[in-house]
Amino acid sequence: MAASTSFKDRNLIAVIGDEDSITGLLLAGIGHVENGKKNFLVVDSKTQVSTIEGAFQEYTERKDIAILLINQHIAEKIRPTVDKYQQAFPALLEIPSKDHPYDPSKDSVLKRVQKLFGD
Amino acid sequence: MSGTGPRENIFPTRMALTNTKLRLKGAQTGHSLLAKKRDALTTRFRAILRKVDEAKRKMGRVMQLASFSLAEVTYATGDISYLVQEQAKSASFKVKAKQENVSGVVLPAFEVDRVPGSDFNLTGLGRGGQQVLRSKEVYAKAVETLVELASLQTAFTILDEVIRATNRRVNAIEHVVIPRLENTIKYISSELDEMDREEFFRLKKVQAKKKRDAEASEAQRRIAAAKDANVENIEIGGGGGDLVDVKDQDVIF
Repeated sequence: MAASTSFKDRNLIAVIGDEDSITGLLLAGIGHVENGKKNFLVVDSKTQVSTIEGAFQEYTERKDIAILLINQHIAEKIRPTVDKYQQAFPALLEIPSKDHPYDPSKDSVLKRVQKLFGD
Repeated sequence: MSGTGPRENIFPTRMALTNTKLRLKGAQTGHSLLAKKRDALTTRFRAILRKVDEAKRKMGRVMQLASFSLAEVTYATGDISYLVQEQAKSASFKVKAKQENVSGVVLPAFEVDRVPGSDFNLTGLGRGGQQVLRSKEVYAKAVETLVELASLQTAFTILDEVIRATNRRVNAIEHVVIPRLENTIKYISSELDEMDREEFFRLKKVQAKKKRDAEASEAQRRIAAAKDANVENIEIGGGGGDLVDVKDQDVIF
């Protein structure tokens, strides 16, 4: 089956997040560096939105990533791109960060959940 | 009437009627099967929906806990983020995809696949090693929750898509295919009826013509017989036959 082969070899978790989130997740052991390509992007206040967009595109197009984690306040910066993203793989997950508590009403998936519960 | 509504462009014969009836039956079976599939998927979808909602809220709490433990590490060891980022080489925390089948839909589910033995062994060697270890565990737990959530969410996305497609199919069969087949059947049977009536009328006509022909030939035969009798009469009468008594046959024709 074509569908099953497409997610069988996906086994990495990628992150776009602030320094603290990345550090914690790397401690858990998700970091993977191959040929100088990382599967995480540290975003601080000086990072350009275009850099975030680029990383987002890269991680969503890579074939070995199963889950893409992104801090919610960073997802907020590229909200149109995030909302447009509808693919099943990699699964996009918005996570809270230390300085920004989680707001369920902003999550693109939860928005759809709410909409479906509403009807 | 048969003229209303769209129908298939088909020549009205009995065979076409049988075929169309079979197809209508097939469409109805397909419709009920698809409707069942949709119901099964929707049930599953609702369950997942609730779980996604729960898991998202749980994630908020878990991540808060994890951040707190990282804060402890920072307090004890100082900033380790640069060190950790530079030491990341290959992932020890991976996910494995397995699949689950819900009425013909393949739903992937991620499983945590942790390789024992860890990087960052030297982190916190000076001080705060305990905190670093604890933080690692807490974060690993948090990521497990995230992975669980991710598989729920993937299932959610895929199911959503499949349900939409199934709904479209159910509606297409219900509102387009079945009415069209019904219209075709109506059209064919009305055409066949029309043909039957024409055929009946034709038979009547043929019968009437045959009857007329039979009558005509009968009359001719009778006239011929009468002529014979006349000839006999003339011979008997010795040429002086009664001309008034004998009808002149030629007048008829």
